[in-house]
Amino acid sequence: MTAGSTLPREAVTTASRAPGDKDPVRRRARRFWTMRRRDAAAGYLFIAPQVIGVVLFVLVPVGLAIVYSLNKWNIFTGRLSFVGGANYAALAADPQLPSVLGATAVFSLGVVVLNIALGLGLAVMLNRRFHGVTFFRTLFFSPVVISVVAWTLVWGFLLQDNGGINAVLAQLGIHGPNWLQEGPTAMGAVIVTQVIRSVGVNMVLFLSALQGVPSELYEAARIDGAGSRTIFTRITLPLISPTLLLTSIITIVGALQAFAQIAVLTEGGPALSTTVLVYYVFQQAFTFNNIGYGSTLALMLLTFVMLLTVLQWQLRRKWVFYEH
Amino acid sequence: MNTAKKLAGAAALATAAIVALAGCSASPAAPAPTTAAPNSVALRMTVWTSNEAQLALFASIADSYKATHPEIKSITFESLPFADYNTTLTTQIAGGNAPDLAWMGDLSKDLIASDALLPLTPVLKDTKGWGYDDLLPSATAEFSRDGQLYAYPFSNSPYALYVNKDLLAAAGQSLPAEGLTWDQVSTIGAAVNVATGKAGFVIRDFDFSAWNTLATVWTGWGASAWNADGTKCTFDDDKMVGAFTFLHDAVYKHSAMPGPGTKADFFAGDSAFTVAQVSRASLLTGSFGYDVVPLPAGPAGTYSVIGQAGMGVLRTSAHPQEAGSFLAYLTGPENSAKLSQFFPSARKSLLSGEKLAANNTKLTAEQLQSVVVDQIPGAVTLPNHTSPAEIAQKGKTALDAMWKPDADVEKVLGSVCSAISPLLAK
Repeated sequence: MTAGSTLPREAVTTASRAPGDKDPVRRRARRFWTMRRRDAAAGYLFIAPQVIGVVLFVLVPVGLAIVYSLNKWNIFTGRLSFVGGANYAALAADPQLPSVLGATAVFSLGVVVLNIALGLGLAVMLNRRFHGVTFFRTLFFSPVVISVVAWTLVWGFLLQDNGGINAVLAQLGIHGPNWLQEGPTAMGAVIVTQVIRSVGVNMVLFLSALQGVPSELYEAARIDGAGSRTIFTRITLPLISPTLLLTSIITIVGALQAFAQIAVLTEGGPALSTTVLVYYVFQQAFTFNNIGYGSTLALMLLTFVMLLTVLQWQLRRKWVFYEH
Repeated sequence: MNTAKKLAGAAALATAAIVALAGCSASPAAPAPTTAAPNSVALRMTVWTSNEAQLALFASIADSYKATHPEIKSITFESLPFADYNTTLTTQIAGGNAPDLAWMGDLSKDLIASDALLPLTPVLKDTKGWGYDDLLPSATAEFSRDGQLYAYPFSNSPYALYVNKDLLAAAGQSLPAEGLTWDQVSTIGAAVNVATGKAGFVIRDFDFSAWNTLATVWTGWGASAWNADGTKCTFDDDKMVGAFTFLHDAVYKHSAMPGPGTKADFFAGDSAFTVAQVSRASLLTGSFGYDVVPLPAGPAGTYSVIGQAGMGVLRTSAHPQEAGSFLAYLTGPENSAKLSQFFPSARKSLLSGEKLAANNTKLTAEQLQSVVVDQIPGAVTLPNHTSPAEIAQKGKTALDAMWKPDADVEKVLGSVCSAISPLLAK
């Protein structure tokens, strides 16, 4: 017990009132809203939209996907029947899954390698001052802002057996393949159309990174007699390695999420040659109405993406310059 | 059930998601009167047409029904894109937002097997003057189970062979006066291809993907995708091998049929022949001379194939009785006559060349008599089964190997059976 606590309540409040502050409610509120609490509240308000979004559109759906993966759902009657791990066991028994995972690996690898190599190459070429550089930067970036469906539809027409690309090849005396009807060329076509559409994003990120490399380092290297290749591998690449990490994560995640281009261009065919995991999830869940198995596949995809991202994040210390 | 519905509603977030009708009334008088309060029933029917004239006709029928049924507050026809119709409808059902009534095509087997539709036979039979016996059995079989009709077959459009007479003339070809066979179609088509560079024959909508449309060909060989009760795959029998050998040769030996990846639209003048539903005659623009004839005969003789669409009442409807009554009104003799200008009817009384020609500007009464009226009674439907989308995809994946010059037809068809048999056995 303090001395103050023995005084009548009114006496305490009157005694502690600051000059000009005669409202006890306001005074108590002011005491509650300390600087620390105000900062914390502001912080929570700032992150609230993101947190609400993540909870509503990521955590809740992931939780529901886990629930569905443990059930068989008759979509027409609304009946959920608990099946335990049957949908997970079905992963091992699914004869199509190995082909789907193979197609996913080929597609992702192809997109990542081509996209990063082409994005970096374009950025290096366009990181110079020459007449028309803005035009070329705009040209290579413009597919990014085009609707993926419209883009893919146009490529679908061009890649037909009697389409524009084979017509041009025929003019050159070359008999072009039936691009979308043969497994290897169909996968190649899907990869290339995806890369051409999205390479602009990586190009811009690499351009920004290249322009952040101090020019004195290049000058010093040249004075020391370093050639172009040495400068690129010893100075440029290490200094843009954080961007390389970022683009590789973005590109891998983007490749694993590719759906519209597959749906529009090949519908996963011929056979299963271009059926990537996301498209397979869609087919199982929404075309075949196997919501439980589709959810299980979706969780497997989520696990892949998380593992790959964690792996890249862990490996960054080995090759990202600023992480040393 | 409630929990499932709530979960169902949330499913859309996760991955993108009983009331008896009138009862079996013992007396065939009239359906039980509604007990709904005035202006309390809002009905919704999902459809896949976006044709303004068709939607206007449906709206006018709904208006006249509403005028005599005070309980009806509104009747809405929700037009969904055809390509995504099944997915959208199932998503609506899964999300607890099912329509009261719905059009259905190959989803009907799943809906009937899941007991998601109300039987229509009682309400249709009990509706005075509806004339249940007027329906052709060949038209109702697809939507029936255990003697009950679950969807009214409002559209029964036979497949026919469309002929571009200008292309045939340019190639110095003509159709035989009667008894056209598939071999003749292939021969004439190959000749047109050589002479004009245009395609010979095209199975419309097949596009080397929707293999069920090839029933318009293989039925001529007496083949079918599976046995009558849908439990055994018959893709690998000799008749089917014969039909696919014909198609394979037409593509890779005779160039009578364009191969995969080549677009040829008959209605744009790109091919000599196409197999398409009679309802596609609306696409004829008159830019070339045409004829429409019954499907050619195959080794097994003449045959007919129809594509059907039905409309049914979903069990989950909040107003099943009122929905059933409206469906009976919409499909009664008077309104069926109105609908038959767009959709060939399942009613015998409405099937005559003259009656159909009264509302058809593209085909003559004789053509309609031969390609519609004479075909529907003995027609078979395109193959349909529960899990239609999964069977279609697995079959397509296996059949893709067929469309190569050196394909082993028998082996590929065997692989189709291996792929779809587990689904047929479910």
